[in-house]
Amino acid sequence: MQDTNQTFKADSDVRSNPIKMSGEKVTVHYGAKQALFDVDLKIEENQVTSLIGPSGCGKSTFLRCLNRMNDTIDICRVGGTIKLDSTDIYNPDVDVVELRARVGMVFQKANPFPKSIFENVAYGPRIHGLCRTKAEMDEIVVTSLQKAGLFEEIKDRLDEPGTGLSGGQQQRLCIARAIAVSPEVILMDEPCSALDPIATAKVEELIDELRENYTIVIVTHSMQQAARVSQRTAFFHMGNLVEEGPTDQIFTNPVDQRTQDYITGRFG
Amino acid sequence: MSPLWLLAAIVVFALIGAALGRNRAVSCVNGNIAELHSRPGYYGSYVMIWTALPAIFFMVAVLMAQPFFNSSIIDSELRAGYSQSCDREMARTNGDADAKLPAICADKEQYETLDTRRALMKSVVESVAVGVSLLDKATADKLHNGLVAVRPTLKEVGVALAEDVPTPVVDAANKLNEAKKTGDYILLGGVGLLLIIGLVLSYLRVSPRLRARNLVETNIKVALVLASSIAILTTVGIVMSMLFEAIHFFNKVSLSNFFLGTQWDPRFTSAGRAGGGEGSFGLLPLIWGTLYISLVALLVAVPIGMFAAIYMAEYASNTVRAIAKPLLEILAGIPTIVYGFFALVTVGPFLRDTGAAIGLDISANSVLTAGCVMGIMLIPFISSLSDDIITAVPQSLRDGSLGLGATKSETIKKVILPAALPGIVGSILLAASRAIGETMIVVMAAGIAANLTLNPFEAVTTVTVKIVSQLTGDLEFNSPQTLVAFALGITLFVITLGLNIFALHIVRKYREQYD
Amino acid sequence: MTDTANQSTEMLATSKNRDLGLKRRYGRERRFQAMGIAAITMGVLFLFLLFWSIVTKGYTAFQQTKIHLDIYLSEQLIDPSGNRDINVIQMPIRYNKVLEAAIYKAAGIDPKDKTKRNAMREAKSLLSKGASVDLRDLVVENPSLIGTRIDYWALADGDVDSFLKGQIPRDIPESKRKISDAQIAIIDTMAEKGVLAKQFNSNLFFNGPSSRPESAGIAVAVIGSVFMMLIVLVLALPIGVAASIYLEEFAPKNRWTDLIEVNINNLAAVPSIVFGLLGLAVFINFAGLPRSASLVGGLVLTLMTLPTIIIATRSALKAVPPSIREAALGVGASKTQAIFHHVLPLATPGILTGTIIGLAQALGETAPLLMIGMVAFVKDFPATPLDPATALPVQIYMWSGEAQRAFTERTSAAILILLAFLALMNISAVLLRRRFERRW
Repeated sequence: MQDTNQTFKADSDVRSNPIKMSGEKVTVHYGAKQALFDVDLKIEENQVTSLIGPSGCGKSTFLRCLNRMNDTIDICRVGGTIKLDSTDIYNPDVDVVELRARVGMVFQKANPFPKSIFENVAYGPRIHGLCRTKAEMDEIVVTSLQKAGLFEEIKDRLDEPGTGLSGGQQQRLCIARAIAVSPEVILMDEPCSALDPIATAKVEELIDELRENYTIVIVTHSMQQAARVSQRTAFFHMGNLVEEGPTDQIFTNPVDQRTQDYITGRFG
Repeated sequence: MSPLWLLAAIVVFALIGAALGRNRAVSCVNGNIAELHSRPGYYGSYVMIWTALPAIFFMVAVLMAQPFFNSSIIDSELRAGYSQSCDREMARTNGDADAKLPAICADKEQYETLDTRRALMKSVVESVAVGVSLLDKATADKLHNGLVAVRPTLKEVGVALAEDVPTPVVDAANKLNEAKKTGDYILLGGVGLLLIIGLVLSYLRVSPRLRARNLVETNIKVALVLASSIAILTTVGIVMSMLFEAIHFFNKVSLSNFFLGTQWDPRFTSAGRAGGGEGSFGLLPLIWGTLYISLVALLVAVPIGMFAAIYMAEYASNTVRAIAKPLLEILAGIPTIVYGFFALVTVGPFLRDTGAAIGLDISANSVLTAGCVMGIMLIPFISSLSDDIITAVPQSLRDGSLGLGATKSETIKKVILPAALPGIVGSILLAASRAIGETMIVVMAAGIAANLTLNPFEAVTTVTVKIVSQLTGDLEFNSPQTLVAFALGITLFVITLGLNIFALHIVRKYREQYD
Repeated sequence: MTDTANQSTEMLATSKNRDLGLKRRYGRERRFQAMGIAAITMGVLFLFLLFWSIVTKGYTAFQQTKIHLDIYLSEQLIDPSGNRDINVIQMPIRYNKVLEAAIYKAAGIDPKDKTKRNAMREAKSLLSKGASVDLRDLVVENPSLIGTRIDYWALADGDVDSFLKGQIPRDIPESKRKISDAQIAIIDTMAEKGVLAKQFNSNLFFNGPSSRPESAGIAVAVIGSVFMMLIVLVLALPIGVAASIYLEEFAPKNRWTDLIEVNINNLAAVPSIVFGLLGLAVFINFAGLPRSASLVGGLVLTLMTLPTIIIATRSALKAVPPSIREAALGVGASKTQAIFHHVLPLATPGILTGTIIGLAQALGETAPLLMIGMVAFVKDFPATPLDPATALPVQIYMWSGEAQRAFTERTSAAILILLAFLALMNISAVLLRRRFERRW
């Protein structure tokens, strides 16, 4: 049995892409309960990194640390350092609003605001004051929807409520909403868990396209999905990062026994 | 025989029945109670129910019918007595064209034409009847034969009469006493008979095969259904009683005078006399006063209540919440009479003096005083309802907005409040309905002069104030001045009911949206 | 941004270091939070203001000025015939002279001095008009006191009481205050000698209403309120629980139960005065129950409290998990048995809490009682719920209409007593909930 705190780096430190975000010795406590133990993870720019592992393993917790969404939970304490480019995002000087404008997030359950489709997408640019004229706003909304692959489907219904769309459309609307702020990193917390296979396929396709412009971190409980969309995969287990590396390597030739067990379906 | 004693007797019988039923069930199977369909207690309950219920129903029915029966006896006796005496008097003065109408005939005339007179004579007859029943037999006979004066005789036994009464009244009183006695016999006999029949029949039915539990449970269920229909009965009672009295009112005062009139001046004219102007019963100034004060109250309560709710739901730490929330809720538990007093002795004088200091003429009873104090009362309604509604907005919406980099206040203003809007509108409407129906604060702080004014520093009056002032003091029940209170009452009921149904509907719809 | 960013993203400022207007936005955030804090502060401030205003106005009423007199209960004045006939010695007027003699002595005035006529009149007026009645009551109870000397604290007039408590300031012109300069002089000398002193105001608790503030009390009102609360408890609790059990456990989901449901929610929001009108029309005019009786008040309050109790009971029943019912049904209990043996006992704390809160509401209710004639000057203590009575909040309402300064003080004191009752009830509800709260 390996030391649980040690992470296997199959690809050691040979990396083809610059590092966008990195976590060093990240710990998270919920009250007295520790949810993450000294996680070290680097996230490469313009790549899709998927975080996999059984339920309650800490993968979502880690994801929420990356744009400080854990701040909204009173009893949650985060330790260690997480860097975006070269700044420590938990540094008191760092503004959480600015951080979240750079590191956007898409949630497990599609959560469009009870407003029109247009207003949903325009929300981010509007609160951040990113555009001065109506034309600019229209431009942003349309491009964001286009990038999310939703525009063609709903271009005649921009004034209808976002909550009236189908589940898959809602999730892509949320992605468009995140894109509209033009973040550098997009965090996705099981974005397809509530979707049917066809909608899932569309979102996965979208993720692959988005990789060109954004760094994406995705939490998923589906190993097939991780294999399909991500370039790098990190396996979490009981609050520890067990193994991290190029996706094909993790799935074909994992180093750790636990990873092996998990991907072959012995537990999960 | 007082009904209470009768009730006690019923209870005793029922308990005896319970014991007998139980024993019979047990002895039927020689103590082997496993052979019984139900546990022995159910057989006891079965006998108890069938002993007591019929008797109780009978008792209630007789007690309810008795007053009607008695008053019809009084009425027919008085009518007969009056005409008899009058005829006798007329016969005595027969042929004497100059003679005045005998007093008794004038009484007869009055009795037959005036509702109020009939009501008065009824109560006189009742008190005479009480007095007569207290007399010993000899005196009662003397009284019956007109040998002694009525008033002093009855005063001896502690029944004070305003004036001496004519013989028909005494006769009616005697008849009433007889009727009461008969009624008591019927009651006693009926109850006794039903108790015995019920006990015997249900006792005989007790056998091991009797499904006593099912029978008892059916009874329980019927009782539960009856209890739950009391809510409906109350509403029906409210609507019927007020409608009934309001129709009486509208027989005397036109609908347009009430609903479209801008003058409120219900002069107290002597009832029943024609020609004494009907008074103006214009509803509009009252409605205006009610709405104006409610508006001021909401202007105070809505911002404070909303901001308090938002802060407590979104910002406050657990400690602040644990302290501030109950403190604000205390405001909701304080009786409105206390707010009224606060308005009367503290807020009113304070506003008046402040106004005087800055050159404003604010009367102590004003729209402002009543509105402000009512606003304070409404703060906890708005805040706790809104708090519930804001916390019901799903966390995912908050996350979505915060995840895009919105600040908390941006999230609240642009996502949470729009999402919660229907619920908040519902809670404001509920508060408005409360403000419109509020009585004690306005009775003590708003004034009594009906006033169609825009000036918030003047006194206005409200629907509820007028209901109170028309119904306190000496009442003459059939005058429009009194009946108008019911017309006002049903107006108030309809307005608040409409608001409530609408508001509850909105809130319910809203809750379903996020369930 | 990366090099591969396409045109449309270039149009935006680059993600790093773009101007998000943070300063302005945080300013707004702070202002928004400040509004929230201000709102809560204002609410709490109003609460304290309300309490402060009532406490400062009312706490003095728990003391009452009395005059220490050395009274000679002269037989010649009280019972000249000497045969202790109750009809003779129970006349309050016979004690006036006795009291007058005593107060002249206490004030140091020689009653034989004709020049002191004025002073004598002023001194006499310091005593309450009710003092002779109180003294009468004492003597009627112990006729043996006649002919003896007693040490007696007689009730002072309400205005004297207010003056001594500083509620009638001495520096305003004589014509504008109810106490004359001459009276002030006598009061000062008596207060210096300790003849005039404040004592616990037992009248407030044990007397009925009175037109004289110094002898007015809340006892009749409290009895009326107690009667009504008992009636509400006896009627509303069983009916409310029965109705809730039916609606929650038995009722099929249909139009009828929907109607009842909507009805109950609406009844909870119907203005209380409408219930008063109902009581007047149905219980008094139709059923012929006596006006001003606490029975009618209790019935009206029962109807008002029912929705509260039903709503509370239903949520208490709802909170009992279905597994309990299934467990009971599973061992062969009938539905009724399952409910009465298992569900109801578990829901009891919630039901009681709701009942107490409903009772507290009913206790503070005033408006409907005005409709059924409970706003009356009832001097006799009600012995049964059929006797005329008032209620504590109604008594407060009636006192608040009195002009005398001393009544304002007593009104506030009565409010304090009412609030104390309510606090007691609400605290016990909270404790009950804490003690028996069960998390499933």
